[in-house]
Amino acid sequence: MDPAAGVDGVLDVLVEDGVIAGVGEDLEVPGAEVVDCAEKVLLPGLADIHVHLREPGQEYKETIASGTRAAAHGGFTAVACMPNTSPVCDRGSTVRFVIERAEETGVVRVYPIGAVTAGQAGEQLAEIGDMVAEGAVAFSDDGHGIQSAGMTRVAMDYLKRFDVPLIAHCEDESLAAGGVVNEGAVSTRMGLPGIPAEAEETMVARDIALAELTGCRLHLAHLSTADSLELVRRAKARGVAVTCEVTPHHLFLDEDSLVTYDTNLKMNPPLRTPADREAMVEGLLDGTVDCVATDHAPHAVHEKELEFELAPNGTTGLETALSLVNTHLVATGKLDWVGVCRVMCHNPRAVANLPEMRLEAGFPADITVVDPEARVDVTPGWFVSRSRNSAFSGASLLGRASDVLVGGSWVVRKGKVVV
Amino acid sequence: MLSNRHIMTMDDLIADEVTLILDTAESLAEVNQRRIKKVPTLRGRTIVNLFFEPSTRTRTSFEIAAKRLSADGINFTASASATAKGETLRDTARTLAAMSCDLVVVRHKYAGAPQMLAEVMDCSVINGGDGIHQHPTQALLDLYTMRQSLGRLEGLRVGIVGDVCHSRVAGSLVPALRMMGATPVIIGPPTLMPARPDVLGAEVCYDLDEALPTLDVAYLLRVQFERAARMPFPSNREYAMLYGMNADRLAAMPSHAIVMHPGPMNRGVEISADVADSPRSVILGQVESGVAVRMAAMYLLLGGAESGAAA
Repeated sequence: MDPAAGVDGVLDVLVEDGVIAGVGEDLEVPGAEVVDCAEKVLLPGLADIHVHLREPGQEYKETIASGTRAAAHGGFTAVACMPNTSPVCDRGSTVRFVIERAEETGVVRVYPIGAVTAGQAGEQLAEIGDMVAEGAVAFSDDGHGIQSAGMTRVAMDYLKRFDVPLIAHCEDESLAAGGVVNEGAVSTRMGLPGIPAEAEETMVARDIALAELTGCRLHLAHLSTADSLELVRRAKARGVAVTCEVTPHHLFLDEDSLVTYDTNLKMNPPLRTPADREAMVEGLLDGTVDCVATDHAPHAVHEKELEFELAPNGTTGLETALSLVNTHLVATGKLDWVGVCRVMCHNPRAVANLPEMRLEAGFPADITVVDPEARVDVTPGWFVSRSRNSAFSGASLLGRASDVLVGGSWVVRKGKVVV
Repeated sequence: MLSNRHIMTMDDLIADEVTLILDTAESLAEVNQRRIKKVPTLRGRTIVNLFFEPSTRTRTSFEIAAKRLSADGINFTASASATAKGETLRDTARTLAAMSCDLVVVRHKYAGAPQMLAEVMDCSVINGGDGIHQHPTQALLDLYTMRQSLGRLEGLRVGIVGDVCHSRVAGSLVPALRMMGATPVIIGPPTLMPARPDVLGAEVCYDLDEALPTLDVAYLLRVQFERAARMPFPSNREYAMLYGMNADRLAAMPSHAIVMHPGPMNRGVEISADVADSPRSVILGQVESGVAVRMAAMYLLLGGAESGAAA
């Protein structure tokens, strides 16, 4: 199944020397290994353009080795990793380190995202040209919004020179002001400082306006509110070069899940209202949302075991995203596999300048085989990631990646990571 | 006895249990008037006061309550910053759990700390104030004081004035009043209102003078400048002008109405000295009730009946 290659049917895929050699009915190749994929769905390799691999600097949370294995386990053959490592990935040498480390220890393709500003401090441009030369595919100060509109404008003007997108983390910190959950019913009931939806929306509006001014490609990370999507919808309608992503947790969880002070449900942006969650799903189905991206944010147990207000933000996501999309959208008939290809493969690749993947002769053999009927119990034993801080712990899901090929080599067989 | 083994939020109690606590406190209050202020009710039980925030009145009140019931009370004062040196709250809880205590009273800078303790420890937990969330024994002693002063709770109209959004006292008092059939009205500038007062069940009023003639109780809160991200009003002078309780405002209230404050007071800001010291002020009565109400809560949680009658 691949709309980009125009294939949809019960077909054979021939892989030779790491490349797709043919797609068609009843391919006969003497001596070839035959893998029976009956009842399964073959997709071009999925890509997650928003992950935190934590290396360099926070290897106790995740490494490129463990994070790429988690990606493979979840059915992804490519990830783009955020620059908020230690040190921040804000220069060519760090980009090169990540790429080399991924070649040595990784099992899926890794594309570094560089910082927009030096140290992600929001004050002066990082060496974007050097990072592009070393292989950075996009730029983001993810983790912090760039607070100054003037700085954002300079960044957008400069990024345009390299035809790379700005991936914006939209959060006005003067409005978010130390909040830890959505401002509203739950913040009031639980006595937790709130982050109003407007902390995101005002910056979404600002960044769309600046994208219009500068002509820079703008990708909005992890949108969480209905009104943010409405702003994107209107901007797209008038032809602004803006794209956006939504995370599985903002699609499938909302603030009502917060009944205890479970820190695995603490993330930024926070879980919003049920109406916001429904708007996210609607936006994904109507094309306003371009991609599902996980914002995979591993943290060690001892860090998440703190008081809610002290615990770090984030949930892991690589190993549950595909199962969640299948359980809530495909199995329920809301989204078909063409749609899954769109939001988890082709769109994210196009947004973040990743190489296109198709189930078509001549393309690299990056293939995700999905078993849509497999049951997945999200227990601690499920995770290959070094961390276990999943907002979906305890969930029972349907469907998973049973086999994954990267460049013609098996990285997952029968649901197990084999490299 | 109580159906829940903890008092962490007002949700842990139902109206009948609140009445039971208040009635029990009434009978225990007599102990506090004796020359020998002690009963053997909780002899051999261990109560730990685990305070991660500076507190004088609440800690002392719990400590005296434990002593008057003959429990072994231990004070454990610690820094709330888990990120600084020192152990995490969870490890502190595990350490205390290993020493087998019966009841922990916890005061903490962050919401949800009592729930975290209850997950780790096999003992009862009383929330002595968590972040800007709840402070249920304060609400109980306030109900006790109102009932004592006005003879009833049902139908009372209670104005809670000031820094409601940062107040764990209001966080418990609003649902407590609702539970007992009273009407909480939160009064203050919009900059000090919670995001969703309807969730707590409070009426909202921005104009104190408009509300005063309808109130049975004016409950004044201290402005917690330390918790606000930025100054929520222009000056103390203007705050006192709009929301400070003074003699003129007291006169605008019905003649039976009383003035309350959880302390510590900022005289001259939310309350003038003459009102604080007037016969209509029951502020010291609140402190006195605190001991009896906390004795009742401890007694009922620890099932003191097994060692005899309450008093």
